[in-house]
Amino acid sequence: MDNILSIVTFIPAVAAAILALFLRGEDEAAQRNAKYVALFATSITFLVSLGIYFEFDPANTGFQFVEEAEWLIGLKYKMGVDGISVLFVMLTTFVMPLTILASWNVRSRVKEYMIAFLLLETLMLGVFMALDLVLFYLFFEAGLIPMFLIIGIWGGANRIYASFKFFLYTFLGSVLMLVAMVAMFADAGTTDIETLMTHTFASNSFDVLGIHVVGGMQTLMFLAFFASFAVKMPMWPVHTWLPDAHVQAPTAGSVVLAAILLKMGGYGFLRFSLPMFPVGSEVMTDLVLWMSAIAIVYTSLVALVQDDMKKLIAYSSVAHMGFVTMGIFSANQQGIDGAIFQMLSHGFISAALFLIVGVIYDRMHTRDISAYGGLVIRMPAYALVFMFFTMGNVGLPGTSGFVGEFLTLMGAFQKNTWVAAIATTGVIFSACYALWLYRRVVFGDMIKAGLKTITDMSMRERVIFAPLVVMTILLGVYPAVVTDIIGPSTEALVANFNQSLAAADLTPATQTVSH
Amino acid sequence: MIQADLNVILPELILAVYAMIALLLAVYSTKDKMGPLLVWSTAGLMALLALWIAGSGSGNNVAFGGMFVDDGFSRFAKVTILLSAAAVLVMGQDYMARRGMLQFEYPLLVSLSVVGMMMMVSAGDLMSLYMGLELQSLALYVVASMRRDSVKSTEAGLKYFVLGALSSGLLLYGASLVYGFAGTTKFEGIIQVAQHGEVSVGLLFGIVFLISGMAFKVSAVPFHMWTPDVYEGAPTPVTAFFATAPKMAAMGLFARVMHDAFGNAVSDWSQIIALLSVASMFLGAVAAIGQTNIKRLMAYSSIAHMGFALMGLAAGTVFGVQAMLIYMAIYVTMNVGTFAFILMMEKDGKPVTDIASLNLYSRREPGKALAMLVLLFSLSGVPPMLGFFGKFYVLRAAYDAGLAWLAIAGVVASVIGAFYYLRIVYYMYFGEEGDELDRNSSPVLWGFLMASAAVMVLGIINMFGVEGAAAAAAATLVN
Repeated sequence: MDNILSIVTFIPAVAAAILALFLRGEDEAAQRNAKYVALFATSITFLVSLGIYFEFDPANTGFQFVEEAEWLIGLKYKMGVDGISVLFVMLTTFVMPLTILASWNVRSRVKEYMIAFLLLETLMLGVFMALDLVLFYLFFEAGLIPMFLIIGIWGGANRIYASFKFFLYTFLGSVLMLVAMVAMFADAGTTDIETLMTHTFASNSFDVLGIHVVGGMQTLMFLAFFASFAVKMPMWPVHTWLPDAHVQAPTAGSVVLAAILLKMGGYGFLRFSLPMFPVGSEVMTDLVLWMSAIAIVYTSLVALVQDDMKKLIAYSSVAHMGFVTMGIFSANQQGIDGAIFQMLSHGFISAALFLIVGVIYDRMHTRDISAYGGLVIRMPAYALVFMFFTMGNVGLPGTSGFVGEFLTLMGAFQKNTWVAAIATTGVIFSACYALWLYRRVVFGDMIKAGLKTITDMSMRERVIFAPLVVMTILLGVYPAVVTDIIGPSTEALVANFNQSLAAADLTPATQTVSH
Repeated sequence: MIQADLNVILPELILAVYAMIALLLAVYSTKDKMGPLLVWSTAGLMALLALWIAGSGSGNNVAFGGMFVDDGFSRFAKVTILLSAAAVLVMGQDYMARRGMLQFEYPLLVSLSVVGMMMMVSAGDLMSLYMGLELQSLALYVVASMRRDSVKSTEAGLKYFVLGALSSGLLLYGASLVYGFAGTTKFEGIIQVAQHGEVSVGLLFGIVFLISGMAFKVSAVPFHMWTPDVYEGAPTPVTAFFATAPKMAAMGLFARVMHDAFGNAVSDWSQIIALLSVASMFLGAVAAIGQTNIKRLMAYSSIAHMGFALMGLAAGTVFGVQAMLIYMAIYVTMNVGTFAFILMMEKDGKPVTDIASLNLYSRREPGKALAMLVLLFSLSGVPPMLGFFGKFYVLRAAYDAGLAWLAIAGVVASVIGAFYYLRIVYYMYFGEEGDELDRNSSPVLWGFLMASAAVMVLGIINMFGVEGAAAAAAATLVN
C-alpha cells in the first residue's frame, strides 16, 4: 500500500459523496442509512489507519509513507507522516467514530449532518499529513466550511453569532499565514515542507515602518503564522471565539472542535514555527511563554465563575492549551514531548467531558449548572465516568492529564522558572473549577423535580466512553506508548532548532537563565 | 496584402457579418418571433468561434499595419469572452422570453458588443482601441435599457451612457496627450518613447487619463459608481452579461495597453494600479455588507474581484499577467454559475432579488443550494475551491513584484468580503421558514449552475489546463 495516507484521508470524503449522490429523502430509513454509512466509513478509516500506526518506524525521524505528485504552479500534492504527526492522525481516526455514535439522536437533516462530519474528517486528516504549504493551507482552511455549517445549522439558540464569529475570526488569522506562505514560496522557490525545514530564511534585523524588527524576515513570518495558530489553539487573548463556538455547537461538533481542531494550532507550531523560523521563535519565546502563563491562570479563573457547563469546559480547554504552548516554546525535549502528550491527552479527556455534558443535555435540554444536582442518586454509572474524567482534567497522577502537565512544566522550568511557577498555580485552579463543577452537578440533594425521572447512561453511551477511559488510563500509567513514537522526532526537532540558533549566533535562552 | 489582413480578423469579421445579416433577416421577416432562434444561433456561432480560435495554433499575426494584433494573449481573452457570452445568452433566453423582452435585437446587440470586445483585446493602436471600446459600450448601453417600460432599466441605461461618455472623454483626452507626446498612436511606437525613467510629464498625464478611462470600464474604485445601479436596473440576463464578458475584455484591454504601450515604464504606472486595486478590494468588501439585493451585492462583489485582478496587473510582470488571466477565467466561470442561480430565483413567476427570500432554501432544493454554497465560498476565496487559487496566483504575483503591502491588504479585504457571502449561506442554510420561492427547474440554468460549481471543486486538480494556456498567453504579451 504505497498510498495508504491518501486512502485514509479520502475514505470519509468518498463516503460523503456517496451519501450526497445516492441517498434520497428524509424519512426514518434514510436517516438510519446515513448514520450507518457514516459510522461504517469512519470505522473503516480507523481500521485502515491502524496500518499506518503499526507500520510506522519510530526510529526514523524523517517522513514516512511519503506520496508525491506534481500540482499547479509548482506546488505539490505531497503527503507524509513523522513522529510528530502520526499520533494526531490516529487521534482523529479514533475520535471520529465516537462522535458519529454520539450523534445518534440527531433528528433534523441527518444526511447533511453526516456529510459535514465526514468531510471534516478528510480535511482534518489532510492537515496532519500534508507536506506542502499550500496543500496544508487548503486542508486547514477548508475545515472551516463544514464546521461553520455544523455550528450554524445544528447549533443552539445563538448559533448564528457563534458560527460567524468562528469563521471570520479564524479566517482572519489564517489569511496572514497565507501571505507568509507566499513569501516563503517566493524566497525558497518551493512549497515542499521537507525542503523548507532545511531552508534558512533570512534573519538579519531591519526596520519596517520605523519599527526595528529583531530577527527580520523570520520574525515577520513567525508572527504571520502565529496569528493563525494562536487563534486556532486558541491562546489568550484571541480565545474568545472558542467559548461561543463550543456552547452553540452540537455535542459532536464540540467534541471534534476540542479533540482535534484545536490541536491543529499546536501541530502548526511544531511543524512550521519552530523548525522553519527558529530565530523568529527564539525572539518571540518570552512573549509566548508569558501569554501561556496568563492563559493558564486567567482562563482557569474565568472557568470558575461560569454557569454554563460547556462554557466552563471550553475555558478549561483554553487553559490546557496554555500548557501546550508553554511546552512547545520551552523548545526542549521534555517541553515538546509534554506538549504533544498534553494535546493527545486533552483530545481524549475534553472529548469525554463534552460528551458527558451531552449525555445530560440530551435528557434535560439545558447546560445550566444550577439546573442539576444529586445526579449520583439516579445515575451512578454516569457519576463514575464523570468522576474519572474530572480527575483526568485535573491532572491526577495515573491519568494521561498528569503526564502532559508535568512534562510541560518541567520543560518550562528549564527555560523560564517564573513562567513555570505561575503555570503551576493553574493546576490548583483546575482542581477548583473541575471539582466544584462535579460537586454541583453530581452530588448534593436531588431537589429539581425534572431530575427525578432521569435515566442512567444507555448501552450506546457506555460504548462511547469505554475506549476513552481505556486510552486515558493507558496513557496515564504507560506514557511510553506515546513518547517512544514521538521521542526521536522531537529530539531531532530540538537538535535542529538549537543548531539553527547557534548558526545564527543566538544561544538558546536556557543558558542565560542558568548563568 | 488586404487578403492577409482579412485573414487575421476573420473571426471578428464572421461575427460582424453574421450580426448584420441576421439583423436584416429579422427586420424583413417575423421580427421578434425570431428571438429564440437568434439567441441559439448566436450562442452556437460564438461557441464555434471560440473553439476555432482556441485551436488555431500559435504565432503572432499583425493586421492593418499594427492596428490589430492577434497573439496568444488576445486568443485567450477572446475564448473566454466568446464562451461566457454564449453561456449567458443561452441562460437568459427563457427568462427574457417569458417576460416578452426577447426582441431580436438582444442577441444581435450582444454579438456586436462581443465584436467590440474582441477588437479591444486585439488593439495595437490607440485608434483601434477606441473603436473597439465604443462598439462594445454603445451596444451595452442599449441592452442595459432593454426593458423599455421599466423606469429602473431605462435609468440604468441612461446612467451608464452618461458616465460611459464621460469615461470615453477621459480616455480620449489621455489618448490625445499620449499621441502628442509620443508622436504616434501605435503601441509599438509609444513603447519606444515611454522608456523607464524618461517618461515626460505630458505622457504621464496621458497614462493617468488612459488608466482612468479603462478603470471605468473594469469598474475599479473610484470609477465604479455606475456599477451597482446598472447591475440592479438591467434585466438579470443582461446583468449576468455585464458581469462576465465585458469585464474580461476590459481587463484584457487594460493589460494590453499597459504592457504593449507602456511596458518599459512599469514603475510609472504600477503604483496607480496598485492604488486602484486596494481601493476596489476594500470598497467592494465593505459596501456589499449592507446590501439586501443580490444583484447589487454581486455588483460590489465584482468591484472587489476586479481589485484582485488588478493586483496581478499591478505587478507588471509576466507572472502577473498570467495570474490576472487565470483570475479572470475563474471569476467569469463563477459568475456564470452564480447568475444562473440568480436567474432561478423567482416567486409566482416574478424575479426576486432580495437575499432574505432564500430562507432555508437548502431544505427545499438541497442540490442547488449546495452548488451555490460552493460558488459562494469560491467567490470569497476559501479553499479548497478554485476561487482560492485565483487569489493565490495574484498574491504571489504581487509579492514577487515587491508589493507585499498590497497582498496583505488584499487578504484582509477578502476576510471582510467573506462576511456578505456567508450571509447568503446564512439565509440558505440557517434561516427561518418563510415564503417559498418557486421550484424553477429550468434544465439549462440547472446545468450551468452545476457545471460551474463542479468546475470550482474539480478544477483544483489541474485547472483543466488553463494554467498553461494562461502562461503561454502572458508570455506573448510581456517580453
